[in-house]
Amino acid sequence: MTRTEVLVVGAGPAGIAAATAAAEKRRSVIVLDDNPSAGGQIWRGATVGGPRRADTQRQRAIERLQRSGAHLLAGRCVFSADASGTVQTFEETASGSVAEEFRFQQLVLATGARERFLPFPGWTLPGVFGAGGLQALVKGGYPVAGKRVVVAGTGPLLLAVAAHLAKDGAVVSSVLEQATLAQLAAFAASLWEDPAKLVQAARFRAKLWKTSYRTGCWVVEAIAATAGPRLAAVRVTDGARTWIERCDLLACGYHLVPNTELAALVGCRFQGSFVQVDDAQRTSVPNIFCAGEPTGIAGLDAALVQGEIAGLACTRRSDASLQKRAAKEHAFADRMEKAFALRPELHSLPRPDTIVCRCEDVRYDSLRGHTGWTDAKLQTRCGMGPCQGRVCGPAIEHLLGWRPVSVRQPLFPVPLEALCFHDGTTEMSKSNEPIEEKA
Amino acid sequence: MRETLSLTINGASRQVERGTTVAAAMLLAEQPCRISVTGGPRTALCGMGICFECRAVVNGVPHRRTCQLLCEQDMAVETNP
Repeated sequence: MTRTEVLVVGAGPAGIAAATAAAEKRRSVIVLDDNPSAGGQIWRGATVGGPRRADTQRQRAIERLQRSGAHLLAGRCVFSADASGTVQTFEETASGSVAEEFRFQQLVLATGARERFLPFPGWTLPGVFGAGGLQALVKGGYPVAGKRVVVAGTGPLLLAVAAHLAKDGAVVSSVLEQATLAQLAAFAASLWEDPAKLVQAARFRAKLWKTSYRTGCWVVEAIAATAGPRLAAVRVTDGARTWIERCDLLACGYHLVPNTELAALVGCRFQGSFVQVDDAQRTSVPNIFCAGEPTGIAGLDAALVQGEIAGLACTRRSDASLQKRAAKEHAFADRMEKAFALRPELHSLPRPDTIVCRCEDVRYDSLRGHTGWTDAKLQTRCGMGPCQGRVCGPAIEHLLGWRPVSVRQPLFPVPLEALCFHDGTTEMSKSNEPIEEKA
Repeated sequence: MRETLSLTINGASRQVERGTTVAAAMLLAEQPCRISVTGGPRTALCGMGICFECRAVVNGVPHRRTCQLLCEQDMAVETNP
């Protein structure tokens, strides 16, 4: 068991900012992250290849985190926590799974967001990925040079992903954005208030001069090759006309949904789908703070400022200029939500035989007739596989309007051997990374 | 100089660049990560440890999330049945 004053869950921009702010004020800080290294999704670094043009903002933030004295523990999957001050993790090592327990005085939830996936015929075929999903895999060493890729779905991520894939040599034949041109034009116009974001969008677009960017279009089917179960083409529609585009890979994601399972487990109050926080990022639970996407999908700048506010709040400090920036980013989140609202036609994407729950292969037609999650889980096992509804949950909320009913520990499937060592301080000492125990 | 390492994927020897995730190596080898409960081949979807579609057997341990795991020398990776 390891004690710390401030425990931060998530080493993306919000978590890094929170940890840095608190550690620079001489608090003992530990940051836990499930991924092999810090940065979260938006700052996910490439793990292969020679040095690329460094993302200087990311680099600076990580260096400052390191200098701050905060301890980063990567590869830790948080599976349980309770509001009285403990968090449990497991780490998969070469020799097996190791559980660890952390005790905190203050907890910052910076758990980020994931892509929203909507089921459509063929979406389980090899060759179909999330949009951010394909980008992450490319950063993890999957080469896409020469591959024909369609990027589809909705959200500002699509352009960023397409630009990244094109830079890696992929032939990005189209970017299909489901939002209408009118919605996007209103959003783009609003960006004049925030020139940095406009410049970024323009840069991405400039890298895609060979790519057709179509608004009001979406993929209705992924078509398998005749030779076997792998993607060969996508069927696309603009609502009136339907056509087929040949491709090797499809990168398809429908914007983001917040990772709020941990916040729900420790009993934080919600406002709609998001964790309710005050202007110091305090949740409804004493000593638990939340920053970044779980409080509203607002992107990188919001995550950084909210993280800093939360980190300072852990040390009972505040900064009026940060509050002002946070309010501005909050307005950006609202505009983004409007711009990339899902069109009603997407309700009819799945066919009766389309798999909705990929873990348990539950078809869409078997969900009909059920009134909600409890009923459907009992009868079909929908949402009961290892992802615990993280993929099908938001899809079903969109398709059938069911809201998640409860969150229980373990939040992730935990190997039994890890639980056998539960609370084993001796296991801690086997860890490669020595941590100072600060009582 | 790019460093490579070798591992086996479903019994076949593969060379990958150091730093490659196991999920990426399986895509390169065109091998599914797992077989779904109704028998369909599946590969990584989310790439960030959320969807569990990329789970495979690594050094005999089933259900490892391969998108969160880097390849190591002499690793043995198999499609999760």
